[in-house]
Amino acid sequence: MGLFDFLRGSPKQTATIAKERLRIIVAQERSARGSPDYLPLLRRELLEVIRKYVNVDQDAIDIQVKRDGDHEVLDLTVTLPDKAGAAATAAAREA
Amino acid sequence: MTEFIVITSGKGGVGKTTSSASLAVGLAKRGKKVAVIDFDVGLRNLDLIMGCERRVVYDFVNVIHQECTLKQALIKDKRYESLHVLAASQTRDKDALTKEGVERVLNELKDEGFDYVICDSPAGIEKGAFLAMYFADRAVVVVNPEVSSVRDSDRILGLLSSKTRRAENGGPPVAQHLLLTRYNPVRVAAGDMMSIDDVKEILGIEVLGVIPESEGVLAASNAGVPVILDEASHAGHAYDDAVARLLGEERPMRFLEAPKKGILSRLFGS
Repeated sequence: MGLFDFLRGSPKQTATIAKERLRIIVAQERSARGSPDYLPLLRRELLEVIRKYVNVDQDAIDIQVKRDGDHEVLDLTVTLPDKAGAAATAAAREA
Repeated sequence: MTEFIVITSGKGGVGKTTSSASLAVGLAKRGKKVAVIDFDVGLRNLDLIMGCERRVVYDFVNVIHQECTLKQALIKDKRYESLHVLAASQTRDKDALTKEGVERVLNELKDEGFDYVICDSPAGIEKGAFLAMYFADRAVVVVNPEVSSVRDSDRILGLLSSKTRRAENGGPPVAQHLLLTRYNPVRVAAGDMMSIDDVKEILGIEVLGVIPESEGVLAASNAGVPVILDEASHAGHAYDDAVARLLGEERPMRFLEAPKKGILSRLFGS
């Protein structure tokens, strides 16, 4: 880095950012690898069904296929909205 | 024993063809009998990089469709007589390649006593790329130290361990190597480019070589002389090291450090 760069202030070390972003996305894509093809569709349809009853976010459902010994477990997590948010939407619906 | 090596990457423009040409030449230079095949049907380019574009009469697809013999389609290199090029077809559609056809050609090369068959994969994960990797014993994944290239390489590594003959037959897995190209030590030192260790850590496989970004690469493709033959280019030397490692030799990695700057350029930048 030259004197002028130094005076201008050190630029951000973008390589570190790149590495962090990659570490996360690669880990995520590896965990999805080899899981059944129907998962994204299952996720979408479940979301539609749940939304008939509870107003949840787009990313409220997390589906993963995990290995447990010699059988596979479909792990399904649904994050429900907090009470205040739910009450607000309910109130809005009644109004 | 013939070894099938696929040169692949997922992403385009990272240096697959440049690497295929140089690795093939490097192996031939060491006396190996080598065939290098362009799998990029419709976008033939290996012939240009090898400098034999005006000698293409028959191509890979002609051989697969049995419109000529393999011998007629193999172009003998002018520099090394144990080196042969099989050009991609320029006109046919992508479906021109079939699994059975590719297997037949590869088996024929095996019967002809070739030591190495280098399969230059097209970019993407379509049929051509799939067939280039399907029969591989080894894979050289060409990667630039840049986010999209690294991510695509990881995708390709996943396919290599699931969509290849070795994976399907439950044999030993396809041996995987990384070849880091367009490496710029100055930018790595400045923290603007991921280092060899960063890429190795993310992808988790062994590095076959690091090719520094070099003016020699463009000059070589301009001239149709693979860069490994350019004695003056660092990229050429780095490819030579990679070939040696491919053959089991141990060589230290070179060209990883930024060249030392004088006091003036240090003060005023470059």
